[in-house]
Amino acid sequence: MHLEVSGLHKQFATPQETIQALKDVNLHVEQGEFVCVVGASGSGKSTLLRLIAGLEMPTTGWIEVDGERVIGPGADRGMVFQDYTLYPWMTVQKNVEFGLKLQGIGKQERKEQASYYLGMVGLVEFAQSLPKQLSGGMKQRVAIARALTSQPKILLMDEPFGALDVQTKENMQQFMLELWERTGTSILMITHDVREAVFLSQRIYVMTARPGTVRAEIAVNLDKSRTRQTRELPQFKTYQDEVTAQLLVST
Amino acid sequence: MITESAAPTTSQREPQDNQKSLRPSLFWRLGKPIPIRLDWALRTASVIVPLILWWALSSSGIVNPKFLPSPIDVMGAFGRLWAEGLFFDDLSASIFRVGSGFLLAAVLSIPLGISMGAFAAVRSLLEPIMGIVRYMPAPAFIPLLIIYLGLDEAPKIALIFIGVIFFNTLMIMDAVKFVPQHLLEATYTLGGSRRQTLMQVITPYVVPNIIDTFRINMAAAWNLVVVAELIAANEGLGKRIEIAQRFFRTDEIFAYLIILGVIGFLVDLSLRVLLKATCKWAVD
Ligand SMILES: Nc1ncnc2c1ncn2[C@@H]1O[C@H](COP(=O)(O)OP(=O)(O)O)[C@@H](O)[C@H]1O
Ligand SMILES: [Mg+2]
Repeated sequence: MHLEVSGLHKQFATPQETIQALKDVNLHVEQGEFVCVVGASGSGKSTLLRLIAGLEMPTTGWIEVDGERVIGPGADRGMVFQDYTLYPWMTVQKNVEFGLKLQGIGKQERKEQASYYLGMVGLVEFAQSLPKQLSGGMKQRVAIARALTSQPKILLMDEPFGALDVQTKENMQQFMLELWERTGTSILMITHDVREAVFLSQRIYVMTARPGTVRAEIAVNLDKSRTRQTRELPQFKTYQDEVTAQLLVST
Repeated sequence: MITESAAPTTSQREPQDNQKSLRPSLFWRLGKPIPIRLDWALRTASVIVPLILWWALSSSGIVNPKFLPSPIDVMGAFGRLWAEGLFFDDLSASIFRVGSGFLLAAVLSIPLGISMGAFAAVRSLLEPIMGIVRYMPAPAFIPLLIIYLGLDEAPKIALIFIGVIFFNTLMIMDAVKFVPQHLLEATYTLGGSRRQTLMQVITPYVVPNIIDTFRINMAAAWNLVVVAELIAANEGLGKRIEIAQRFFRTDEIFAYLIILGVIGFLVDLSLRVLLKATCKWAVD
C-alpha cells in the first residue's frame, strides 16, 4: 500500500465567500504505517480525510492509492467517523458484516469474518446487541471492526476518540495500537490531541489553519510497542513539545 | 468575583425559601413520563368521564332524548343493528373500501416518497404538482369520480387513494431527508453502490417513519370513506348514518359514530404494536 497526496487544494464556494479549506497539501502513507495529522479545529483535517476517502473531490491536485487515482469512495479505504455512525437497526454482528454483504459475500463467510473481527475488538458477547445498547467506546470499536472487516488497504479515522472521556480514550488508544500491530493495517488518523498523536503514530503531519497547509512533518522514533509508561518517557515529552511548538507557530 | 459577593446572601437564606430552584412536580414535568399507575388512571378517566357526563346529561331531562339518546338507548341500538345483520355488511363494505384505497396509496407512496427524498431531481419534478393537488380537498373530487367511474366501488376506492397518496408521499419524503448523511457516506466507504445504499440503508432507516405516516393518514382514509358513503352508496357505515338521519334515529347515529371511533382506535393501536414489534431500535 502506498498513499500519495499531491498538490491538493480544496475550496468551498458558499453564498458569502469562497473558503480555502486546503492549500497545496502533500503527504504520503506507506504500507503498515500509523500516521497522524494534527491541527487546530478548522484547519481542514476532516476535509483532507474526506478527500482521501473520495467523499469530496479536490479542486486541484490528486490522490493516489497504489498508483490509482481516487475518483470516489470505495472499500479499499475504510473510514471511521467521530460520531460512530453505526446502522441503528442492525445488531452489532450485522453492522460488522455489512461491508461484506455489500460486496456480495455469502452468509456463512460473512459470519465467520465478522466474528473474527468482533473477537479482535473484544465484543463477541455483544454480537446480538443493538448499537443503542452500547457505550461510546464500544460503539467506536464496532465501527472499527466494521471498517476492518472489508480489509481496506488503509484505515482512515477522523478524530475517532474525540467524543470519549479521558479514561476510555486512553484505553482505546492502547487498543488501537494492539489492533494495528496484529493486523498490520496502514492507518491515517486525524486528531487535535497532541498526546494522542505522539502516542500512536510513527509520523505526524502538523497542519496550519486557514488555509489548511502542512506546516511540518515529524517522525516519532519511539519504541513500536508502547504502553502507559511510554507517556512518561522524556522523549515522549520532547515530541509532544515539538508538535505543540509547530502548532503554535502556525497561529 | 461575582460569585464571591453573592455567597454571603445565599448562606443567610433559609433552605425552604430558596425561590430560585425549580420545584419538583409530578404532573407538569416537561417531556418526562408519569408513574405508570397514574398514567392508566388518567387514560381510563379519559374515556369514563365523558361517558358519565353523557349519561348524566341524557338522564337529567334537560335535553330531549330524541336529540340526545342515553347510553342505554345506544346499547339497544347496537343490539338491534346487530340482530338485523346489516351491521356486518356495512362494516365490511367500509373496511374493504378503506383497505383497498389505502393499500394502493401505500404501495405507491413508498417508492415515490423514498425517491423524492433521495433524489433532488425527482423532488423538483414532483413536489410542485403534489404541493398543489394536495390542497384540493379530496371530497371535491367525488362528483368527478362519479362521472368517470360510476357509482360502484371504484369511485370510493379512488377517493381514498387520492385523499391519502399525496400526504403519504410527502411525509415519507421528509423522513428520507432526515437520514444522516454520515450513514450514507459510511456505506459508500464500505463499498456500497448508490442502489445498495438506497435499498439497504435509506429504506430500512425510514421504516418506522413509514409506519407512523400510515398511522396518521389512516384517520383521513376513514373520514373520506364516510363522506363518500354519505353521498353515494348502497351500504357502508356512512350510508347507514345517512339512513338513520332520515328516520331521525339518533341512537343509531351514535352507535355508528362509536363504532367508527373504536375501529380507528384499533387500527391505530395495531400499527403501534407493529412498530414496536418490527422496529425495536427506533422505539423507546
Ligand atoms: N461542505 C463545506 N462547505 C463549506 N465549507 C466547508 C465545508 N466543509 C468544510 N468547510 C470549511 O472548511 C474549513 C475546514 O473544515 P474541516 O475540514 O471540517 O476542519 P477540521 O476538521 O480541521 O476542523 C472550515 O472553515 C469549514 O467551515
Ligand atoms: Mg474535523
